[in-house]
Amino acid sequence: MAAPKKAAASTPQDKTDGGSPPEFTREQELKALRDMLLIRRFEEKAGQLYGMGAIGGFCHLYIGQEAVVVGMQMALKQGDQVITGYRDHGHMLATGMDANGVMAELTGRRGGYSKGKGGSMHMFSKEKHFYGGHGIVGAQVSLGTGLAFANNYRGNDNVSVTYFGDGAANQGQVYESFNMAELWKLPVIYVIENNRYAMGTAVSRASAQQDFSKRGVSFNIPGKQVDGMDVRAVKAAGDEAVAWCRAGKGPFILEMQTYRYRGHSMSDPAKYRTREEVEKVRHDQDPIEQVRNRLLAAKVSEADLKAIDAEVRDIVNASADFAQHDPEPDAAELWTDVYR
Amino acid sequence: MPIQVLMPALSPTMEKGNLAKWLKKEGETIKSGDVIAEIQTDKATMEVEATDEGTLGKILIPEGTADVAVNTPIATILADGESAADLAKAPAPTAKAAESAPPAAAKSEAPAPKAAPAPQAVAEPDPEVPAGTEMVTQTIREALRDAMAEEMRRDPDVFVMGEEVAEYQGAYKVTQGLLQEFGAKRVIDTPITEHGFAGVGVGAAMTGLKPIVEFMTFNFAMQAIDQIINSAAKTLYMSGGQMGCSIVFRGPNGAAARVAAQHSQDYSAWYSNVPGLKVVAPFSAADYKGLLKAAIRDPNPVIFLENEVLYGHTGEVPKLDDFIIPIGKARIVRSGSHVTIISWSNGMTYALKAADELAKDGIEAEVIDLRTLRPMDTETIINSVKKTGRAVTVEEGWAQSGVGAEIAARIMENAFDYLDAPVARVSGKDVPMPYAANLEKLALPSAAEVVEAAKAVCYR
Repeated sequence: MAAPKKAAASTPQDKTDGGSPPEFTREQELKALRDMLLIRRFEEKAGQLYGMGAIGGFCHLYIGQEAVVVGMQMALKQGDQVITGYRDHGHMLATGMDANGVMAELTGRRGGYSKGKGGSMHMFSKEKHFYGGHGIVGAQVSLGTGLAFANNYRGNDNVSVTYFGDGAANQGQVYESFNMAELWKLPVIYVIENNRYAMGTAVSRASAQQDFSKRGVSFNIPGKQVDGMDVRAVKAAGDEAVAWCRAGKGPFILEMQTYRYRGHSMSDPAKYRTREEVEKVRHDQDPIEQVRNRLLAAKVSEADLKAIDAEVRDIVNASADFAQHDPEPDAAELWTDVYR
Repeated sequence: MPIQVLMPALSPTMEKGNLAKWLKKEGETIKSGDVIAEIQTDKATMEVEATDEGTLGKILIPEGTADVAVNTPIATILADGESAADLAKAPAPTAKAAESAPPAAAKSEAPAPKAAPAPQAVAEPDPEVPAGTEMVTQTIREALRDAMAEEMRRDPDVFVMGEEVAEYQGAYKVTQGLLQEFGAKRVIDTPITEHGFAGVGVGAAMTGLKPIVEFMTFNFAMQAIDQIINSAAKTLYMSGGQMGCSIVFRGPNGAAARVAAQHSQDYSAWYSNVPGLKVVAPFSAADYKGLLKAAIRDPNPVIFLENEVLYGHTGEVPKLDDFIIPIGKARIVRSGSHVTIISWSNGMTYALKAADELAKDGIEAEVIDLRTLRPMDTETIINSVKKTGRAVTVEEGWAQSGVGAEIAARIMENAFDYLDAPVARVSGKDVPMPYAANLEKLALPSAAEVVEAAKAVCYR
């Protein structure tokens, strides 16, 4: 681990550590590659289906940010909870939720995780401890703090990983939650996915304090800026934060510096940034290419990598096929699940 | 002339208190600011400070006296040079009270709804209580506390959180004693953070815990209404039935007394508009207890609307180990054949008083206490209207898009042919709540308005 736990305790605000993060084993690299590729291909397919009219409403793609959820998930154990906002497909796939169920929810079919009643922004899985999928910017921060409250109440050692963006980081309830989380020493990791734009508003135009790792300073919550394009750095930071939480020391903030390649949603032409800016990040920092290049340098064969590509494409194609052929929900479903 | 010390009003809704203790004796010198007595209200023990200087002349109300009305003279203070012989010169108590404290005096002259205890006249036996059940007399405040304590003993997943619920013992003393019995893990003082702690409660509920979230008043819950509606009410549906939350949001709702517009709003219509929520607003002490227990056990989010004016009112509560009133059932509190009066919560105060008045004129009103606003017991309303052919709704909230409007629509949809007159609505006036005592009285519904409306639909 680059920065030992103790360092975080004494100097709560760490910048990204200089030098490379700890190396992954070959197995870890392969797993990270596979999981990130699954998200990338899944999202590309979702984009296509949206263009064909098979997916309606809002559809926020995660392309470019894959290292964040995949790296964090590698730091978690069974029972840890995940909750996020509306850009949630990647989080669901990372927790191991079934691609068919996610894609069928996007198309509004009965085999979707919410029987077609939630859509892109509202999916849940008790089995995978995924608590949504929330469409109100910032609401998941209080809810995620509540998940940590429940862990504390029950006396287990589970950690709540609560994701939100640089935009949500300006909502009032985020700070109400920070205050309670530190006050009650709740095991919650606030992962701020700073992809530089809150819809069309650059961080510099919306945030007085642009170093999001410092957003917990007045609550004494330690924070760390992390290269969110490097899955190894994410995993190392996740390990550190998880250890902090499991040791009963309270919440931890991780600012993941990342980038989304696509628009805010499918209907966003993204005029607020240049094509060159996007291309530069893709070229220099792409999280998947970083892993692929390291594997090739470590003499993993092209054929092995192609096999991973093929496996992922099969899963994604099958999910698209399922999501387009699964029937719509029965009309009677309109009236179910209002009360239990 | 000797100065009279009056029983002070120590909260907006206090009508009387107990004189717990005298800390000064007759003949003792008193300086302005000295604590001279302790007064016990239903919420707390408060100290009475002298505002005048002199000698404590005579104690008019001995310590240990219960239920001393606000503005009753409790002692006299003699100024320098005055002696006990001057006590005879003290003005008549009523004159002094009116002179020294006009607003409070005006309040004490206010009509029954605010000042008098709620009518407990119940013509119909409660179907939920088996015949022969022993009853205990309790305040609504105590009934609520017992409901929470019983459910917390029964289920370790139940906990209560909110502002001042633990160490302070509840801003309105509803959670009194819970911290002592259940400890700080289950009785949790929150920061003043309605939006945040409502979300924390919902998140905890999504994992299967059963929070009772107290709002100091529902006025403050507007800060949290996004979490209540977008997170609590909709999650079960949005998750295709996979994940819901069993949670109670409770606290005083509607007008208290003289606390003006921002602290006097009735949210009955707001929450009862939302599918996914259940909304309960009881009136009697027994219903408060039985329905709160039902709300805590309910697997859905329940909005439990209490009323500050009613907290100190007493009623008969069945002494049963597991007294549950089912959510969604109205109760016919008084039977009659000429007109149906439908209300809930403190609106019942006006409804029942009006029914008494109407009876004097030979109009027998059937009074329905809705108790639950969502799901609404339409059947009980319709059956009654089919019998009487006339209906009056009574609510403290505003008329537009109000619960009364909803009831009227349901009657029209289901019993149009039975109606002998259009449904009449009595409601809070279409203004923010004013502060002045006379204006506040005008803004709220009154028994007189209910009587008038009932007579109008009876063409009398």
